[in-house]
Amino acid sequence: MTAVFTHPITRFIARRLLYSLVVLFGVLVVVFALVHLVPGDPVRIALGTRYTPEAYNALRSASGLDRPLVEQFFGYIGSALTGDLGVSFRNGDPVTVTLLERLPATVSLGLVGILIALLIALPAGIWSALHEGRVSDAIVRITSQFGVSIPDFWLGILLIALFASTLGWLPTSGYRPLLDDPAGWLRHIVLPGLTVGLVAAAIMTRYVRSAVLEVASMGYVRTARSKGLPPQVVTFRHTVRNALVPVLTITGIQLATILGGVIVVEVVFAWPGLGRLVYNAVAARDYPVIQGAVLLIAALFLLINLIVDVLYAVVDPRIRLA
Amino acid sequence: MTIATVETTRVASWRLLLRNPMTVVSAAVLGVVIVVAVAANWIAPFGVNDVDVPNALQPPSGEHWFGTDELGRDVLSRVLVATQASMRVAVVSVAFAVVVGVTVGVIAGYRGGWVDTVFMRVVDVMFAFPVLLLALAVVAILGPGTTTTILAIGIVYTPIFARVARASTLSVRVEPFVQMSRAMGTGNLYILARHIIPNIAGPLIVQTSLSLAFAILSEAALSFLGLGIQPPQPSLGRMIFDSQGFVTMAWWMAVFPGAAIVVIVLAFNLVGDGLRDVLDPKQRTMIEARSKQ
Repeated sequence: MTAVFTHPITRFIARRLLYSLVVLFGVLVVVFALVHLVPGDPVRIALGTRYTPEAYNALRSASGLDRPLVEQFFGYIGSALTGDLGVSFRNGDPVTVTLLERLPATVSLGLVGILIALLIALPAGIWSALHEGRVSDAIVRITSQFGVSIPDFWLGILLIALFASTLGWLPTSGYRPLLDDPAGWLRHIVLPGLTVGLVAAAIMTRYVRSAVLEVASMGYVRTARSKGLPPQVVTFRHTVRNALVPVLTITGIQLATILGGVIVVEVVFAWPGLGRLVYNAVAARDYPVIQGAVLLIAALFLLINLIVDVLYAVVDPRIRLA
Repeated sequence: MTIATVETTRVASWRLLLRNPMTVVSAAVLGVVIVVAVAANWIAPFGVNDVDVPNALQPPSGEHWFGTDELGRDVLSRVLVATQASMRVAVVSVAFAVVVGVTVGVIAGYRGGWVDTVFMRVVDVMFAFPVLLLALAVVAILGPGTTTTILAIGIVYTPIFARVARASTLSVRVEPFVQMSRAMGTGNLYILARHIIPNIAGPLIVQTSLSLAFAILSEAALSFLGLGIQPPQPSLGRMIFDSQGFVTMAWWMAVFPGAAIVVIVLAFNLVGDGLRDVLDPKQRTMIEARSKQ
């Protein structure tokens, strides 16, 4: 039993978990502070032209903003930990329910995006590294630099113009739930998925390339080659397999980045995910929804990073012993 | 003696930088972009808000090189002036991030102890928010506008400078010349200004170039969402947003502002990569070794 607790990997996970909890607490403080940093009265701003003294007082007491600050803080943390993120300023819906309704659309877009990115970045990056300094390497590098420099919303609009408006192959926007209408889901997710995936592929290709190059310069690869192993064996068993470890990390980080960064793509494609929810909430000054969405996305971001770090430590013992 | 060595390394850095054709070309493009941005108001052939409805949605021609938009405004003039606005937002916000981030990072790395712990945990918390989300949160607090955009992008890119500056400071702090200077009783401020900052400048310059690229993209995204630069001031992001309804009949409305963003961002990225190859010692030895072969 004690052996389990003193095992380096358990200690590593415990340390990493504790660290994530500390950061999560910081995130909670920032999210709580968000509504209090608004210059002026957030309830008044949120009501805008719908302002009446009765509506004002009702919303203020419903959101707890009339209570002392310390009480509000602990109240917010307590409720957040039990899954209660308050109600929307705009329509009174519970924020947690709204977030959970929007989550599947964003997650499916993120997963399709990362899948497309991997399908492009793995072969392109490995090819580029194995042909370092040749024309094909230069082409891959220049293309990926281009990809990194393209605004995702612009790419999305160009894809819509070509494949939806001109050729009419795919719908311009909208979303179908996977379970209700799998074919519709697929048709609707192709263009936003490509938009997210192509930009992510450009970033990941560079990481895959440098990971493969780094492993290829290792002593054991030279040894493998000099002891006469066939080139394919050296390439795939010794080089690419080991290069996949850092690639795993960047895939996780990229997935987390996509989940937090699809706001603009969701707006372009009228995709009913978390990103568009945040956008609409910012436009309407619906602070509880902004707070809830920011908290959820940041928590997901932390969770994915935690999982990636733990997987990394499981795969590569040098990390957890460092 | 020491001065002479420093001088030679600097000359060699520039020579190495100029040897990479990609860096030279991208630096030249960047130079042109900067000149255009500064002179935009003089070189723009038409006023940015000169409405000319009878000539709306005209394709590129001798008179309107980039065509006209749905109100007959000249797209080229708007792209030029919008480029100026984008560059201004990017430069000011990254300058903010450099000043705040480097100050925090250097103090944390140099002092160590609890100051380091507190500063870096704050940086960790900021890193837990995706970039655009954090920028949107700032906009939600302060309301949309150019100043908010600058502040939002500045805040978003501060942690990365803090991390880079701290990491570099940690490695310079233990160098013998710093230890010696400290043993001689030199004041902390003098050590920071004379020994630490000049020796951590390399990675910071690289990070500045790459951050300018991302700042241009972030500003464009915020303006696209209507939360960045506000009309009547033209912005590249908003021009792309407005083009959505006309994209099949007036491709030029979408293509030119987007291409302007790609050119600027690509130039900053390539210059940043070129600088990294020269200013990062590990890469540098590789290039030198190759050039000697």
